[in-house]
Amino acid sequence: MADVSLRNVVKKYDDVLAVASINLEIPNHEFVVLVGPSGCGKSTTLRMIAGLEEITDGEIEIGGSVVNDLPPKDRDIAMVFQNYALYPHMTVAENMSFGLKLRKFPKAEIKARVDNAARILDITELLERRPKQLSGGQRQRVAMGRAIVRNPKVFLFDEPLSNLDAKLRVQMRTEIKRVHQKVQTTTVYVTHDQVEAMTLADRVVVMNAGKIEQIGTPNDLYHHPATRFVAGFIGSPAMNFVPATVESNGEALRVRLSDTLSFNIPESRAARYKPHVGKQVTFGLRPEHITETRGHHNGTGQEFNAVLDVVEPMGMETMVYFRINGTELCGRVEPTAAGAANEQMALRANLDHMHLIDPATGLVL
Amino acid sequence: MSVATASVPTSRAMPTGASLRRNRRWALWASYFFLILFAIFFLAPPYYMVVTALKTDGEMAKLATNPWFIYDGVTLDQFRILLYNTDFLIFFKNTIIVTVCVVAITMVVSVLAAFALGRMRFWGSSILATGIFLTYLVPDTLLFIPMFQIVKSIGLLNSYWGMVLVYPTLTVPFCTWIMIGYFQSIPKELDEAALIDGAGHMQMLLKIFIPVALPGIIAAMIFAFTVSWAAFVYPMAFLYSSDQQVLTVGTVTSLIRGDVYKWGMLMAGALLAAAPPLVIYAFLMDYYIAGLTAGATKG
Repeated sequence: MADVSLRNVVKKYDDVLAVASINLEIPNHEFVVLVGPSGCGKSTTLRMIAGLEEITDGEIEIGGSVVNDLPPKDRDIAMVFQNYALYPHMTVAENMSFGLKLRKFPKAEIKARVDNAARILDITELLERRPKQLSGGQRQRVAMGRAIVRNPKVFLFDEPLSNLDAKLRVQMRTEIKRVHQKVQTTTVYVTHDQVEAMTLADRVVVMNAGKIEQIGTPNDLYHHPATRFVAGFIGSPAMNFVPATVESNGEALRVRLSDTLSFNIPESRAARYKPHVGKQVTFGLRPEHITETRGHHNGTGQEFNAVLDVVEPMGMETMVYFRINGTELCGRVEPTAAGAANEQMALRANLDHMHLIDPATGLVL
Repeated sequence: MSVATASVPTSRAMPTGASLRRNRRWALWASYFFLILFAIFFLAPPYYMVVTALKTDGEMAKLATNPWFIYDGVTLDQFRILLYNTDFLIFFKNTIIVTVCVVAITMVVSVLAAFALGRMRFWGSSILATGIFLTYLVPDTLLFIPMFQIVKSIGLLNSYWGMVLVYPTLTVPFCTWIMIGYFQSIPKELDEAALIDGAGHMQMLLKIFIPVALPGIIAAMIFAFTVSWAAFVYPMAFLYSSDQQVLTVGTVTSLIRGDVYKWGMLMAGALLAAAPPLVIYAFLMDYYIAGLTAGATKG
């Protein structure tokens, strides 16, 4: 087990910049998730840590030593692939022990490790089967088992759950978290699914267009996004964004969304937003902070009326969609309080959780 | 769908269901008809061979009887004379030696070449792969003249070891080509996993690629075997004494004297020569069809 550090790591394919000078420090035992849309460079970053891609520039360190020029087998890492990459002609036990055999471990030790990993993953009864006799979830467990038996410094996961159906994905997600809590190996996990990122990670690294947008704990990213991209990427349904202007109203500030709708900015934020008075900004508010008016609410709720476009009941809550100045917004309301489509409904916006974004730079103000 | 509509007594649904069934019946009849036709077409020559090989020379000389049937009784004389009174067994032994060596050489060369060309990307690898295939397109009927000079200059003229040297020029390009395709169909993650597990290139080839690509390798082996077993032009050109001769040319040259064709022995020899390929095909086909790669990745 070891720390992993990436310093100014760059990857270019000919003239195309896949990863643009990223810096990342991963302390021992941490579970870090790289998340971002496809083509953002997250998989390339992982493959550079694994040694499957050469790095164009920069430095990668595992356990205190620079591994730039080490082949994958000497980096003491284990990787789980999206398509499992199990050896089809070997049994589960042979798949798991292949790496140990190549490293000339004694037979007794190999058996002990395989048995132990099989116990952790609950695949003891599958050890004599071949990959084609296993279901997707079982194959994924075997792929994890192959990583665990090696007892490597670092686990690398490359979208390991993408090939599973929705139910199994949730199950395996919990499984991966449980395994990490048990074995405590430093883990780098790549996914495009922000829910996976939020649920698994100690820290999430949001990447976009070859750059790191933000690094933080799941809650950090959710409540304090640094950029519009992170604000929009993390959370489902996504944060609402509306073009707005900041107005001064004596000492207090207001944010105007349309000719008829403006909200008071909470006092605690007045100082922060003061320099932006009179400027065009993007107003951001998550759907769960637009709720029905009745009931008990903490914080600064401000009521407004909206004509609902679409109403989506989800059971425990109902999504309501409406327009402000041509921009569609989403709110999450109590199922019993939800109005019908094309009807007016009174809503309450909780401005304590609002964000203002500079539309030019995309930075959260 | 057709079941559901058929149970509803509407005037339109009934004919649709019935015509679907009629269509299917016609398709079945047509496929059986053509299958049987082709079976007869392809089985007629082997049948003729068997019938002729079991006749006496006397019966064959009689022009009055139907040549498709045996009237004067079955005899194994043709086989007996072929095996004891001709050089047939020498030809057979030579062919086996040549074929075994050629298949072995071909497999070693083309598996290594295909692994390098299909998996290790290096400068010019794709051009080289195409180039290898292009050499296969030059027919042996053109190549045997320059090849004669080469074989002669290394002193292997009129020796079946010369065949061991020249047949791979026919087999290696095509086998390499088949196997490049097969190796490329193996998911890239499989070698990456092996790389991370600590395998070098040789271990990757021996422990992962060859077992996984076995169906492809067997297909290539069958090809190399067939080419080498049935080659005619090169032995015709390069071998002339009967102790060095192989089956294809040997049978023909020793059993056709001028305009005298020893039909019985020719057919018996052809039958015996066709037996090993038949056995090998039957034995390896199952293996070939068994999809070994299933389950390597999602699927």
